[in-house]
Amino acid sequence: MTAPLAAFAIQTLNGLASASSLFLVAVGLSLIFGVTRVVNFAHGSFYMLGVYIAYTVATVVGGALGFWGALLVAGVSVAAIGLVVEVLVLRRIYQAPELLQLIATFALVLIIKDATLAVWGAEDLLGPRAPGLSGAVDLLGRSFPAYDVFLIGAGLFVLLALSLLLRRTRFGLLLRAATEDREMTDALGVNQRLLFTTVFVLGSFLAGLGGALQLPREPAALGMDLAVIADVFVVVVVGGLGSLPGAFVAAIVISLAKAWCIGLGETSLFGMDLVFSKLTLVVEFIVMAVVLVWKPYGLLGTPLPQVRGDAAQAPLLRAPGLRTFVVIGLLLLTLVALPLFASEYTLVLAIDMLVFALFAASLGLIVGPGGMGSFGHAAYFGAGAYGAALLTQSGGGLASAMLGGVTLASITALIFGWFCVRLSGTYMAMLTLAFAQIVWSVAFQWDAVTGGSNGLIGIWPPEWLGERATLYWFVLAVSGTAIAFCLWLTFTPLGYAVRASRDAPLKARVIGLSPQRLQWAWFCLAGALAGTAGVLHAFSKGSVAPDALSIPRSVDGLVMVLLGGIDTLFGPLVGAALFTWLADSLARITEYWRAALGATVLLTVLAFPRGIAGIVTSWRSGRPGP
Amino acid sequence: MTLMLEVERLCVHHGRAQLLFDVGFSARPGEVLLLVGRNGAGKSTTLKAIMGLLREASGSVRFATRQLMGLAPHAIARLGLGYVPEDRRIFTGLSVAENLEVGRIATRANVSDAPHWNLARIRTLFPRLGEMLDRPGAQMSGGEQQMLAIARTLMGNPRAILLDEPSEGLAPIVVDHLIDVLLALKREGLCIVLSEQNLTLAGAIADRAVVIERGVVRYEGDFRVLSGDTTLAARYLAA
Repeated sequence: MTAPLAAFAIQTLNGLASASSLFLVAVGLSLIFGVTRVVNFAHGSFYMLGVYIAYTVATVVGGALGFWGALLVAGVSVAAIGLVVEVLVLRRIYQAPELLQLIATFALVLIIKDATLAVWGAEDLLGPRAPGLSGAVDLLGRSFPAYDVFLIGAGLFVLLALSLLLRRTRFGLLLRAATEDREMTDALGVNQRLLFTTVFVLGSFLAGLGGALQLPREPAALGMDLAVIADVFVVVVVGGLGSLPGAFVAAIVISLAKAWCIGLGETSLFGMDLVFSKLTLVVEFIVMAVVLVWKPYGLLGTPLPQVRGDAAQAPLLRAPGLRTFVVIGLLLLTLVALPLFASEYTLVLAIDMLVFALFAASLGLIVGPGGMGSFGHAAYFGAGAYGAALLTQSGGGLASAMLGGVTLASITALIFGWFCVRLSGTYMAMLTLAFAQIVWSVAFQWDAVTGGSNGLIGIWPPEWLGERATLYWFVLAVSGTAIAFCLWLTFTPLGYAVRASRDAPLKARVIGLSPQRLQWAWFCLAGALAGTAGVLHAFSKGSVAPDALSIPRSVDGLVMVLLGGIDTLFGPLVGAALFTWLADSLARITEYWRAALGATVLLTVLAFPRGIAGIVTSWRSGRPGP
Repeated sequence: MTLMLEVERLCVHHGRAQLLFDVGFSARPGEVLLLVGRNGAGKSTTLKAIMGLLREASGSVRFATRQLMGLAPHAIARLGLGYVPEDRRIFTGLSVAENLEVGRIATRANVSDAPHWNLARIRTLFPRLGEMLDRPGAQMSGGEQQMLAIARTLMGNPRAILLDEPSEGLAPIVVDHLIDVLLALKREGLCIVLSEQNLTLAGAIADRAVVIERGVVRYEGDFRVLSGDTTLAARYLAA
C-alpha cells in the first residue's frame, strides 16, 4: 500500500474515533429534544463536567481502577446533576416559548462554567493515558493509538445498546411514541413528567460519559462547553433532530470531513498553496450547507411541527402615539445633554448602552416581527466591527470604514440568511449558532488577517471624535438614527408583509407574498443594522477581539430582547440598557459575574416568562399574562 | 342512577378569544351521547378540555364522581377515560402491535370494573388489525388508522371513551364497519361521548344528543326527539 493511502486510512480511523464521543453527546441532546422539545444548551457543559470529574477521579484514585472507574463515576455524577437541573429548572419551562428555553439553559452554561472555574481553576488539566491502552496498534505499517480503536468500539457499543433500548424495552417504546406525539402519549395514560426526567437523566449520562472518554485525548479546559455544543448542533442539524441513526451518521460524516482536512495538510492545487488543516471549519460549513440544501431537516430527520404561526400568540404591535413621542423626545433631550453633567465613566457606559441598544433592536427585528430565532446574531455585529477595523488599519477614513463594516455584515447575513430562512424554529436557531461559531473560529484562528485571539488594536476614530463627549454624541446620532429606522421598518409595507408571513405563512403565500424571500430580506436588514452597532463598538473601544462575535455575545443580545419582552416595540432598548448596566455592576462586584448574570437571567425567565416589558403591557391592559 | 360523566360551567379560552361558554351536559353509564354542531362550534374543544389537554379551561368535569379539572391527561386516562382524537394521531413510526402496547401501558394503574381488553379480543373485534400487527402506522389506510386509534384506546380498559369525528374522511363502507364496531362496544356497556357530523353513524348508535353552537349548548335531550322534530333537525342537524 502506498504511503499517502496509509496516511489516509490512519486519518479515517482518527476521524472515526473523534466521531464516537461526538455521537454520545449529540445523541443525548437529540433524545432529550425528541421527547421534551427543549434544546439543552447546557448539554456541552455536561460534557465538560464529565471531562473534569473524570480527571479528578482518575488522578486521585490513580491506576486502572481510577481510570475505568472515572468513566462510570463521571457518567453517573453528570446524570445526577442532570436530574437536579431537570427538576429545578427544565420542569418549569417545558411550556415556555422555545427561545426562553434556550436562554434559560444558556444561563445554566454560564453558571456551570463559573462553578467549574471555582472548583478546578482556569488551567487546562491533562489527564492520564488509558491504562493498558496507552500503546499503539500497528495498522498498514503506521502506528495508531490503541485508545482510539477502543473509542470506535465504545461508540458502536453505545449505538447498539441504545438501539436495543429503543426497540426492545417498554421505556424505549414510550420514548419513541412520545417523540412522535407527546400529547397523545399523555392522553393514553403515560406520565410525561417521569418520562421527561428519565430521558433527561439518560442524555446527561451520555454527555458525561462522552466527556470522560475524551480525557486521554484532550485536556480538560473551560472552553470545551461551547466548542462541543456548536459541533453537536451541527451534527444534530445534519443528522436530523431526534434521530438516533441520524446522530450516528452525521457524527461520522462531520468527524471524517475534519480528519481528512487535517490529513491533507498543505497541498498544492492548481498552482495555489492550500493549507487544508486550517480549512476544517470551512469544510464543516460546506458539509452542513450541502446537506441542508439537499435535505432541510437533516439526513434522517423529519419536519418539526410548526411552533410559531399562531396568530393569537403575538400581540399586535401598534404604531406609537403622541404620548410616546413626547416621552421619547424628553428622553432624547436628556441623552443629548448627558455629557454636560455626567462623569467620564458614565459616558463610557452610556456609549455601550447605545451600541447594545442598536444591537438588541436589530435582533428584536428578527425575533419579534420576523418570528425567527437567531443564536448567532453577534456574527453580523462582529463582521461590522472587523470590517471597520480592517479598513481603518489599511488607512481608510471614517466613512469608508463604516460603509465597509456594514457591507461586510450585510454580505455575511446575505449568505448565512439564505440557508437559515429555509429552516424554521429550533433548526434555524441551531444553524445560526453553528454559523456564528464558524465565523468566530475563523476570526480566532486566522492570525494573519484578524490578529487571532488578540484581535485588532488601535482602531481609533478620526481626531475630531477624540473627545469622549464628541464620540458619545456621534454614537448617539448614528445609533439613534439606526434604532429609529428599526422601529420604522416594522410599520412599513415590508414590515407588515414580514409580520403576515410570521403569523400565517400559508395565507401570506396565497395572497402572493413569498415568506422565505421576505424573511431573507428582513434577516439581511437586521444583519446590516447589527453591523452598524459593531462598527460603533470597534471605534468606541479602539479595538476588536474575537469575543465580539462569540456565542455568549449573541446570547447577550437575546437576553436583552427577552428581558425587555419580544413583540414589544421598545422592549429590546429597555432590555439592552438594563442588561449592560447589570453586567457592568456585577463585573465590578464579583469575579464570578458570569454566573451571577446567569443566575439573574435564569430567575427572571422562571419568574417572568414574558419579559419585563411584557409585565408592564399586561399590567396596563389589566389582564394577567398566560 | 349515578352519572358517568358530568360537565358543568365548562369555559375555554384561547388567548383573547373564548371558545366555550358555560358548557354543561352529562352522560350515564352505557350511554352513547352525541355532540353535534357545525365545524368550529366547539365539539373538539369540549372533548379536549374534558381530557385535560387544554390549559386555559375552567369549570367542573366529574368522571364517576372524581373531579377531573386540574388533572394531567395521563391521570385522567388512568381513571378509565379514553380519548380517540379527531385526526386519529396514530404513532406512524410504530407498528400496529407497538401502538396497541402504548395504549395498554396505562392498564395496570386502573382498577376498574370495565370490560377487560387484550390482544386476542382486539383481534376478534378488528380482524384487519390482527392481520397487520407488524405494519408501521404510516402504511395504513385512513379506515385502518381509525380502527387502530380506537383499539389503542380500548387497550387501556376505559370505562368511557371520548370519540372525536371517527367517520371523517372514511368511505361509506368503512363507516358501516365502524358502526358495527361501535354497536359492539355499546353492547359491552361502554359509555361513549361522540362528536360526529355523519348522521348515518350518529343515528345508528346515539341515545341522547347535545347541540353546541358557537361554544354554547343549545339543546340536550333524546336524540330521537331531536331528529324527529323537523324544526330542530333542520336547524341543528342539517349538514
